[in-house]
Amino acid sequence: MDATLPILILAIPLGMFLVLGLAGCKMSHKLAGTLGCLGMGTTLVLAYYTAFTYFFSGSPEFVDAAGNRLQALIFNQTWLAFTDNLVIRLGFLLDPISAMMLVVITTISFMVHLYSMGYMRDHHGVYEHGFQRFYAFLSLFSFSMLGLVVATNIFQMYIFWELVGASSYLLIGFYYVKPSAVSASKKAFIVTRFADLGFLIGILILSYYTGTFNFTELTSAPVEGLAGVFQISESTAAGVKSVFESSATPVFMGASVLTWALVLIFMGGMGKSAMLPLHIWLPDAMEGPTPVSALIHAATMVVAGVYLVARLFPLYLMEVSALEFVTWVGALTALYAAIVACTQIDIKRVLAFSTISQIAFMMVSLGVARPEMHEGLGYMASMFHLFTHAMFKALLFLGAGALIHAIGSNDYTEMHGLRKYMPITHWTFLIGCLAIAGIIPFSGFFSKDEILSSCLGNSTVIYVWMSLVAGLTAFYMFRLYYLIFWWKEHKVHEGHHAPHDQPWTMSLPLIILAAISLVAGFIPFGKFVTWNGKSYDFMAHFDWSVAAVSLFVAVVAIAIATVMYRKENPLPEKMRAAMPGLWKWAHHRFYWDELYMFITHRIIFDGICRPIAWFDRHIIDGTMDAFATITNKASRAIKPLQSGQVQLYVWWYLLGALALGGITMLCLL
Amino acid sequence: MKQEIGLLVVFLLVFLYDTFMPQRAGKALPVVSTVLLLLATAAGFCSHCLGTATSTEAFAGMYATSPVVCAIKSILNIGAVIVLLQSISWSGSDHMAVRRGEFYELLLVTLFGMYLMISARHFLLFVIGLECASLPLAAMVAFDKRHYESHEAAVKYILTAVFSSAVFMMGISFVYGLAGSLYFGNIYAALSAGTHSLMLTLAVAFVIAGMGFKLSLVPFHLWTADVYQGAPTSVTSYLSVISKGAAAFSFLVILAQVFGSLYSDVWEWMLYALIILTITVGNLFAIRQTNMKRFLAFSSISQAGYIMLGIEAFNTMGLTAMMYYILVYIFSNLAAFGVIGAIERASGKVDMTDYRGLSKTNPRLAFSMMLAMFSLAGIPPFAGFFSKFFIFTGAINQGSVAIYVLVLIALINTIISLYYYLLVVKAMYISADEPVVGTFRSSISERLGLWITVGGVMLLGIASCVYTWIFDLGEISPLAAYFV
Repeated sequence: MDATLPILILAIPLGMFLVLGLAGCKMSHKLAGTLGCLGMGTTLVLAYYTAFTYFFSGSPEFVDAAGNRLQALIFNQTWLAFTDNLVIRLGFLLDPISAMMLVVITTISFMVHLYSMGYMRDHHGVYEHGFQRFYAFLSLFSFSMLGLVVATNIFQMYIFWELVGASSYLLIGFYYVKPSAVSASKKAFIVTRFADLGFLIGILILSYYTGTFNFTELTSAPVEGLAGVFQISESTAAGVKSVFESSATPVFMGASVLTWALVLIFMGGMGKSAMLPLHIWLPDAMEGPTPVSALIHAATMVVAGVYLVARLFPLYLMEVSALEFVTWVGALTALYAAIVACTQIDIKRVLAFSTISQIAFMMVSLGVARPEMHEGLGYMASMFHLFTHAMFKALLFLGAGALIHAIGSNDYTEMHGLRKYMPITHWTFLIGCLAIAGIIPFSGFFSKDEILSSCLGNSTVIYVWMSLVAGLTAFYMFRLYYLIFWWKEHKVHEGHHAPHDQPWTMSLPLIILAAISLVAGFIPFGKFVTWNGKSYDFMAHFDWSVAAVSLFVAVVAIAIATVMYRKENPLPEKMRAAMPGLWKWAHHRFYWDELYMFITHRIIFDGICRPIAWFDRHIIDGTMDAFATITNKASRAIKPLQSGQVQLYVWWYLLGALALGGITMLCLL
Repeated sequence: MKQEIGLLVVFLLVFLYDTFMPQRAGKALPVVSTVLLLLATAAGFCSHCLGTATSTEAFAGMYATSPVVCAIKSILNIGAVIVLLQSISWSGSDHMAVRRGEFYELLLVTLFGMYLMISARHFLLFVIGLECASLPLAAMVAFDKRHYESHEAAVKYILTAVFSSAVFMMGISFVYGLAGSLYFGNIYAALSAGTHSLMLTLAVAFVIAGMGFKLSLVPFHLWTADVYQGAPTSVTSYLSVISKGAAAFSFLVILAQVFGSLYSDVWEWMLYALIILTITVGNLFAIRQTNMKRFLAFSSISQAGYIMLGIEAFNTMGLTAMMYYILVYIFSNLAAFGVIGAIERASGKVDMTDYRGLSKTNPRLAFSMMLAMFSLAGIPPFAGFFSKFFIFTGAINQGSVAIYVLVLIALINTIISLYYYLLVVKAMYISADEPVVGTFRSSISERLGLWITVGGVMLLGIASCVYTWIFDLGEISPLAAYFV
């Protein structure tokens, strides 16, 4: 495939960022928004074309004679060559998951670009302050995220990984005059940066022992027979494999080097994907504008951790203990987030915890995937769920944005009974809820069912656990749904006029995403995305009993939610009174934030930072001050040298020349 | 040889233009000279690209050239073109009408002299080049006839120059007495065969003193501040970069090709002491200056110390790092002088206190000045960081413990230099006082010069091809054979 289009996919958003960032203040709001949408639209078309070519062209570059999908390096440019081994490249990698991610990112990003045209202005049509900046940052984010998924090597991925972190920081703190937004952006940046420290150390360990950054070599070697898929020679794969085997020998604190590297790399993923205990930034990140939450904190950036594990999946297969770690982190997070989501009253926070829980589903799915079991179904299921979740969660967030836009508050106790006023939002939101709850035929049903099937194949405990979480998901989503759209409406809504549906720029993305959520489940994902490129029949691994059980659980959960929340009644209060401890802990998110506060303030600040600050202020600054004083004194002392008299200059000159010769002579004697 | 011929052609054309064109056309002379020199520079680069810049000899071996020599000449050419560009507005003023041509002719002659210094492989030709590069400069320093400081500077310059030439030639006569020849090659052979006499040590010291004058190494630097301050700004900038760059390279040629065998015994330690003195004393004086030109004079003294580190390293990396340093220094210093010249021409102010609040009245000039200061101080990602980095790396590669200490001292001095470079930035950006210099629009040539120099400051470091080009040339240079 020609490299022009792929380069354009990255270049257009970057160019848009530069244009809007540098010249945005010189152009009108409308022009800036339109430019942003046009740029993203073009990228969308190019990305679709690229993905289509990859999946359907059947070119020998992308698919081999046996029908296996191959990994193709569209280009791979050497950027910095430090030594023969330490070479950093920038390139464009096309394989099933990166092609799928291109579609996901550009779709959601385009929807959000379009949606923001309506969202980022008030009811009188006045654009928000910094509208151009908003579009510039959106373009920057899209560029970074696209660069992340097409990275050909782990170092390139790290660069773009940090870039998405930075653009997320900028967008969360978009309302920089609001102190809560500022602290939320800082929190998000610091927590993910802290996790990235682990990622970086993992990268360094891995590349130190294997001598390469490239995904192709890293991921093809561990498993027999993958070299063909990755289009490298068997001998190269064998060479890297032998390196791996030797690198498994050094043991540090009871685990092999490879395990350490993989767990540390996963730590980066835990930060970005908000896994326990690094999840604390995501709920606060909802301070950003809602379209941003939909794009970054629901659909794309937060799944980067899942993508990272999927990208290195063959490596994780080498160390099953690392995969088990992934599974359990995911399982704990899923349950935790689902419980907390049942007790929140801020609509965006509920969605945030639901996102955490759903990402944890994907993590679990990767963790339980084994090649010998259903041909690695978990891997496919995880990517499938990533795809469907991106669509329906973006839909839910954009719907929530429409509600917030109409009501002017995040608190859903102030909403109630909106279904009459905002029919489009109501119906699309309902589709999103049904999809996430896993009701047939909505997309979430299919992907979640695949995940549960692969869990069952691995361990019954995980299966039961995750089914329970799936039930909780259906419960809290419908609790949210009923509280917003049912109940009796408030007497007078905040504004002077009744809430109403939004302009077409906001409705259109909702409708498109709802349509996708409705049909995406029927995509035969197994034909496109599998861990080793072999496509398989979707129905072959479809387990009817699992499907029936999960459907039953979801329906029961929805029924409970209906009984409790369809109308105002004392049931919820009773239930709360029955479990006061659990409710209180869940409502306060199990006091994670307070725990972090205690650790940072009491232990780190008081115990470590203060002594260092003292050392800095007294010892280091003191040395520098002394240094400056000496310099100043010396400078004053030699001032007379520059007398302005040329005869003295010449004397000094001669003296210098003679001294130079004389002293050297003395030394040589 | 091609570059010398090219320069002579430029000189003759300028001379003919000045002599025979009517008075009215004289106004265009600065532009004509700039364009002509630019063409000659481009031709020099073309010969690099075409690969015709080869090693040749002439005048019975008194003159030799090689790709690396062509490269340093091209680098100096670039600097000279920028100096000419920046001088257009100044020499275009009315009081320059009758003397305009002389300035450009003198400048081209000095450049020719520097070419000879760089390419000379015989002391006779070298001295001709040296004088050719020194004496017309005195006339250029005195160019501002209306100002008494200009005369004073010229007198100081010529007296010191004559004295240093005398000392230098004294040194050469000692060498001649010992080796019986003035050819570099013959002297090298004679010196490496015989034992080191004390007279030879004195000879080396005198030669170093002579070159130390041109480079303003401490303690041969005392003329520098007075001359830089008194001379017209265009001349000062020419003195501070081109003259210094040429001297540095020819200094390395002499030390390698004549005294190469005495490196570890004799001149390594002389240079060692001079570098420490130069960097430190230059810095100590610079922190007290208030006149911008005087300030840059001391800054350039200390910069010369860093350039000397490349010679002290005495290896290929040192050679190429030095050339790269000269190139970057040309851009950074000329950016600073470009701003100074523009402000001086518009308002007559050259004091640092006059720069207060410049960022409010002339943000672009202030920004250019800030980048120039950052580059001179060696702050990444500007070019000056990379040039310092390479020159330190080259020195470290030499490997002795003494050199490590030297690099450490140089590093400490960069901290001191950071202080005074930032003083300028502070005056321009942070000082809350009322701006002294009002808003003005600088001329096209001044702006063009600043665009080029500031662009160079920003890009030369990041574009790794520049250093790679020089390094590849350095690897094949004839000098490499002399390094230890």
